[in-house]
This record gives sequence, structure tokens and C-alpha cells, in this order.
Amino acid sequence: MHMADALISPAVGGTMWVVSGGLIAYCANKVKKSVRDNLVPMMGILGAFIFASQMINFSIPGTGSSGHLGGGLILTALLGPYAAFLVMASVLTVQAFFFADGGLLALGCNIFNLGFFPAFVAYPLIYRVMVGERRGAPRAWAAAIVAAVAGLQLGALSVVLETRASGISDLPFGTFALLMLPIHLAIGVVEGLATAAVVAFVAKARPEALAAAPGRTGGVSFRPVLVKLAIATLVVGGVASWFASTHPDGLEWAIAKVTGKEEVTSPEAGVHKSLAGIQAKTALLPDYGFKPSEGEATRAEGEAPAAEAWPAVSAGTSVSGVVGGMMTLALACIIGILLRLRPGPRCCGQE
Amino acid sequence: MSHHVVEVRDLSFAYPDGTEALKGVSFRIEHGGSVALIGGNGAGKSTLLLHLNGYLAATRGEVRIGDTIVTRETAALARRAVGMVFQDPDDQLFMPTVAEDVAFGPLNAGLPADQVESRIASALDRVGMAHLRERPPYRLSAGEKRAVAIASVLAMSPDILVMDEPSSNLDPRARRRLIRHLLSFEHTKIIATHDLELVVEVCRHALVMDDGRIVARGPAVEILADENLMLAHGLERPHSLRHAHPSRP
Amino acid sequence: MKVSDSFDIGEMDDLGRLDTPVHRLDARAKAVATLVFIGVVMSFPRYAISSLTPFILYPVALVSLGRIPMRYLARKILIAAPFALLIGVFNPLLDREPVTAIGSVAISGGWLSFGSIMFRFLLTVGAALALVACTGMNRLGAALERLGVPRVFVVQLLFLHRYLFVVSDQAAKMKRSAVMRSSGRPLRLSVYASMIGHLLIRSMDRAERVYRAMVARGFDGEVRILRPSSFGWPDTLFVAACILFFVSARVWNLADGFGRLLTGGVL
Ligand SMILES: Nc1ncnc2c1ncn2[C@@H]1O[C@H](COP(=O)(O)OP(=O)(O)OP(=O)(O)O)[C@@H](O)[C@H]1O
Ligand SMILES: [Mg+2]
Repeated sequence: MHMADALISPAVGGTMWVVSGGLIAYCANKVKKSVRDNLVPMMGILGAFIFASQMINFSIPGTGSSGHLGGGLILTALLGPYAAFLVMASVLTVQAFFFADGGLLALGCNIFNLGFFPAFVAYPLIYRVMVGERRGAPRAWAAAIVAAVAGLQLGALSVVLETRASGISDLPFGTFALLMLPIHLAIGVVEGLATAAVVAFVAKARPEALAAAPGRTGGVSFRPVLVKLAIATLVVGGVASWFASTHPDGLEWAIAKVTGKEEVTSPEAGVHKSLAGIQAKTALLPDYGFKPSEGEATRAEGEAPAAEAWPAVSAGTSVSGVVGGMMTLALACIIGILLRLRPGPRCCGQE
Repeated sequence: MSHHVVEVRDLSFAYPDGTEALKGVSFRIEHGGSVALIGGNGAGKSTLLLHLNGYLAATRGEVRIGDTIVTRETAALARRAVGMVFQDPDDQLFMPTVAEDVAFGPLNAGLPADQVESRIASALDRVGMAHLRERPPYRLSAGEKRAVAIASVLAMSPDILVMDEPSSNLDPRARRRLIRHLLSFEHTKIIATHDLELVVEVCRHALVMDDGRIVARGPAVEILADENLMLAHGLERPHSLRHAHPSRP
Repeated sequence: MKVSDSFDIGEMDDLGRLDTPVHRLDARAKAVATLVFIGVVMSFPRYAISSLTPFILYPVALVSLGRIPMRYLARKILIAAPFALLIGVFNPLLDREPVTAIGSVAISGGWLSFGSIMFRFLLTVGAALALVACTGMNRLGAALERLGVPRVFVVQLLFLHRYLFVVSDQAAKMKRSAVMRSSGRPLRLSVYASMIGHLLIRSMDRAERVYRAMVARGFDGEVRILRPSSFGWPDTLFVAACILFFVSARVWNLADGFGRLLTGGVL
């Protein structure tokens, strides 16, 4: 359930960057102060393990589908929440870098959705509480499943909220939630099973590995994390949403402020008038009764403020826009080919 | 320079799970000595080596490097004097590029950048791997990895070189090159290995370990030629000593 | 080729070590330019398509000057596409109001915004992949640290990347032997748990050995990274030029202007 850059607005992406960045800084500081010196290689290699473990799947009886370890819960069990959060963040970052899973703008969202909930909510507040000090088998299994489901549901909900707040997808909140939550309920059960099974294995083969996790006996104080997080989110989110609501198109507004021009989009506006003119002349679209001005008017009424900005920059839909777009792409291709015609590459440092 | 002397006295060690891996080990290695540590699997060789730089702390007895007894407090000193090459180079080459890996030790020692640079260059040069500088370690062959691992230790200019199974996983050519390197090092050398042919070529003395104790010691050629001793401790007499030519190359 | 390339990270790394003008740029310059690029692209209104087209110049230039094989990149982009596709594809269903037309075909707002989503996807993902392919993980990590990312996290990224090859190699071998012995039947949970559990324990053991090797070379809790700084005027120039281009392309609809230039005679 990686969010993609293409579905996210800069305001939402930026807000979540700040939130996740703050969490990373906070956790990095905690880890630095940790007395476990071997945390550096341990975190790195367990990150690689989480990655690699996803190459191996188990079959879910009777469904024909398969599942694997999610990572967040077991990492928290082994490393404690701070280190586990950093490991999840690093796994997601490498995924974004190398596989374009998610994306750079959405990275903050993804780190929060998939890292924060298992490390700071599902494991300490659900799993640990349910398991208690006894690690009785049925209890541990139930706890792992409930914790995994809860973590994923929160993550999925967060995906829905972030997508909704970005306003790029048209999916209404309810529909989207109905789509995401049940899927992640199933995924959560599977992930919980996998986690419980692996934890049971480790508990038998290497019990001290699980005992080593700091914060097992409430050594972690969540209040400062949560308070700081809430403040950061409120401040950044508040500023961003104010910005977004009063100035639907933030960047445009900023440019107008800077340049002192009210109508930065004048070229498009001009085109828009000429578009009507073109239509009148060439009558390309008689059957559809395409009347730009009316269409815009109805849209503007029915839609969120963001849509109001649409007509001003909708020149992308004009004939010249289409032609220009095509030609720009063609030009880009040509430029790309020309750039490639330069002398061949050299390999550095190897010869 | 007494700094290069290694002395171990009555060293005993038990792992946290209760395994007694060392049961009263004593020996002394003089400056410039080259000593092989041989013995079957689980004899305690690796455990012994980990005491030499203070990674493990003895439950009884002591380790002395030069004039200092190795303790938690003096471990940093010991680590500067004792360079340790581990069995699996993938464990040792953890930095993103060969150069950075070689720089890891000098940087931790607080050397200035230009000195670090010259250390990298000369260490890689000594093992003939200067051309691999910017390569990531996971892209190297086993032999190259081993050579770089040795370079990363040489860059700290240790007085004593300690190696755990340096020739495992090497093909004959890489192994030959390793032996050439080892012969060219003037350091005090301690080598734990199952490669008895390598011992014949590189080491003057040998210590035989079994079940946490040293059961025999002496000139390497004599020890290795003693068929009964070898067999009694899960080893065998190397081929090169089988056909009555005990003179070393 | 080793099994470790099941993750295909090695090829990215090899590309990152080429020596081209783009590779020689300071990683910070490329990282900042790419972030600005993504931010600007995503700031366009939802129906924008043709006004976005000039932006493709940035990834195209990086990829071409950096000699990154197009086909390789295209494959990576395709693999990453499903989520954007999955969510974006609802737009045509939900927003059916025609907003424009090409020829005699009416185009609904939904299709337009869907097209926009997919085009943005192509741009942002293309730029991000191009950035990594033209920089490599090491230089990127160093750049991140210089840009203020906590060192603990940068070191974590580098270690993760370093051991990804080693651990995934082990995982691939395990998987192979399991497949060989299970005669093609999928893994049961109990078998899975012991395989993954073993992999986990071996990974932890390896971490302990790595720690041992680090300690042996004077590790004191802090990993020091040796990196000569090299932010020169070409880097400044690059960032300035990129930002100038992005902002102009954001303020003025370049494609439209271009189109009018071309169709001007017709009108
Ligand atoms: N981390 C550990 N915890 C508990 N016991 C251990 C640990 N490491 C080693 N041992 C035990 O200590 C003993 C000595 O092991 P050591 O690794 O020193 O042997 P070795 O001589 O190096 O063997 P090999 O030739 O196989 O490398 C063995 O019985 C081993 O099982
Ligand atoms: Mg050993």
C-alpha cells in the first residue's frame, strides 16, 4: 500500500515529510544514545533481512494466494520502537530510490503509514499489552494478528486520508475507505500469522533476541513523541491547508505575490478566449454542445475550491495545447537522442 | 620493541550460555614471531583470538599485549596494536566502497584526512588491490575480498596481525597470493587455520588446541609431522610433510 | 551473475558508477533539483497534461546525458505503476463530465485527470529513478547527510544497502533448496516460519560478527564517513538553471505557447 507521488499534493506530501523527518530525527537521537553498541550493524542487516524475507512467500490454505512478513512488528519486537522505526524508514527509502515504490514526495507518507503505526502503536500498545509478561502460545498468536491488523488498518486509513486531502483522485472518502480497509484486514491477518510464527520460532531458538528489545517493560515514553508529533502535524498541516484553501493554487499565488502580477496565467486566459473562437470557426464539436464557459461555471459550483483554478490553467485541453504537448514530447525525444550522440562513457576508478 | 609481544596466561572463558570454550590457555609469542593456531572445529581458536583485542573478556587469567594487560579500559589500545582479519570478509567489509572500508580504522583513530588518504593508498598497494578503490565490496571476488580485508587491517598499521582462517574459500591462485602477502609481512603473526599446508609455508611455530586447551606446541614442521599427535586431535599430517622432505621452501 | 540480483540493485549501482557529466555533478545538486522538480510537477492543477509536457525534458536530459539505458528505466517504471493506476483509474468512472474534446471525441474530466495522474507518475518516478541511477547509493547517502539528514539514518541506509546483497543471496539459496525439496508445492506456514526464522537468526549472527569486525577497527559508536566535498560552480549553475526552468514552465504554459507558434499559421 505504498502511496504514489502521482496521487499526492505537495502540501500533503510536504506535511508528511516534515512529520516523518521529525520522527526520524527523534528516533536517530534516541538510537544514538542507546547503550546497545551493536545496534548499527544489527539495524542495517535486519533492514536487509526484511527486504530479503519478502522474496519468500507462504501459501494461504484454500485461497490460492500467498503472504509474507510485513516487517514493522517483528522489527519492533527485536529492536524496540525507535530503531525499528528507523529500519522501516530505511527500507521504504531504499524501495523508493531503487524500485520507485511509492516515490520521493510520497516517502514521508509511506514512512509514517508503514513505520509509525507498527512501531509506536501496534506493538507497544496492542501486542505488548495483550501478551503481557507471559508468552503463552495462543495469546501471542492472537496478539500478533490483532496488532498487525490494527497497524495496517491505521496505515490504510492514513492512506485514504492523505489521498483525499490531496484531491487528485476522485474517489470519495467512503468508497476509498471501503476499498482499502477490507483488503488490509485480510493482509493484516496474514501478516499477523507470519509474524507470530516467526516470533514463535525465534522465541524457541534464540529467546534472548526477543528479550533484548528495549522498552519491553515500559521503558519507552510515548507521550513526548505523540505530543511533538501532534504539534508538528497541526502546525504544518494547518499552514498547508490554510494556504491551500485560501490560495487553491499555492505556487501560482506565491508567484503572483512575488512578481506583483495579479494574472500570472494570462497566456492561458487569452488562449481560452481564442479557443471559443476556434470552435466557433471550425465547429469541430457540434454534437457534444461543448461550451467551455458553461461547463466551467457548473464545475465551479459543484466542486471544491481547488477546481476553481481549473479554467485558468486548462489550456492543456486546447488544440494548441494538444499540439504543443505532442510537439514538446517529440522535441524532448530528439533532445534525448542528440544528447546520447556524444562520445561514449568512461568507467571511473576501475581501470 | 616489547610492544609486539603477546602473552596469554591461564586464560579461561565461558560463553553466557555456559559453554566453556577456553580452559586455562597460556603461551607467549615474541616480536616478529609467526604462530599457527590449529585444532578441530570447536576447539576454541576463534574464541581465543577474540580475547587478544579485548572483544571478549576473560573469566580467569589475562592477556598482555606488550606491556599492557588487556582490560575493558585498555581495549582501545589493544585494538590499535592488534589487527584482526576475520573469517568471512563479508563481515569485515561493511562500508559502501573499498576505499571507505580501508579508511574506517584510520578515521576512528582520529587521523587527519591527508594521512587517511595515504594510509588507504599504501595499504591497498601492499595487497595489490589499488585498482579496486572505488568498487563496492559486494562486487569483488572472494580472493579480492580477502585481500581488501587484509588491507583494511593493515591501514591501521598494527604491530600484530591476527587472522582467523584466512585461506577459506580461496581458489589456488588467490591462496598462493595470500601466502605471498603473509610472507612479506614483518608483523608478529597469529593465524588460526585448518589449512595446514599454509602453516608449513608461513608459520615458524604452531599451537595445537583441543577442547579449550593447548595440547601441543613447538616448531610448526615438527608438530605437523607428528602423525599421532595430529590424528589424536582431529587433524592430519599435511601432504608436503608426508614424503620425507621436512625442509621448508 | 549472482542470485543477489533478484533485486536488481546491482545494476542501478553499476549505472551509478559511470562517469558522465551528470554523474560528476554533486549529488546534493541533483537531489535538490529533483525534489524541486517533483514538488513543482505535483503542484499543477488536476487536469493539467500538456502544460506538464515540458517537464519531461528534465528526466530525459538526466537519462540521456547520464547514459542510462531507456529500456531498463522503462521496465522499472512499469513495474512501479500498479498503485497509481489502481487509484487513478477510478477518476474516469467518477468524473464523467466532458470538459474538452479532441476532434469529435469528447473527453471527460475523469479521463483528463487520469491522464494527468499517469503522466505525473511517469515524470516523478522517471526523475527519481534517473537521480539514483546517475548518482549511486553512496554519493546519495553522503549528499543526504550534507543536507541535514541524521547520520544514524544515513549509516542505516548504507548498511542496509550493503547487506541487501548478502542477505538476499542467502534468502535466494534457501528458497531454491526449499523449492527443490517441495516438488513445486507452495510453502506451508510452519515451513515458512522456520525458513524465515533461520534467515533471521543468521542475519542477527552476521550482525554480531560485523559488529565484532567494527570493534576490532576502533568503532566507538559513531561511523565516520570520508567524503571530499565538491560543490562547485557547475553544481550551482545546474541547480539554478533547473529551478529557473521549472518555475518558468510552471508560470507559463510553454507547450501551449509552442503549439500556438506551430498552429498559428492555421488559425
Ligand atoms: N556465541 C557463542 N555462544 C556460545 N557458545 C559458543 C559461541 N561461540 C562459540 N561457542 C562455543 O565455543 C566453543 C569454541 O568455539 P570456537 O568458535 O572458538 O571454535 P573454533 O576453534 O574457532 O572452531 P572452528 O574451527 O569451527 O572455527 C565451541 O564449543 C562453540 O560451540
Ligand atoms: Mg573459528
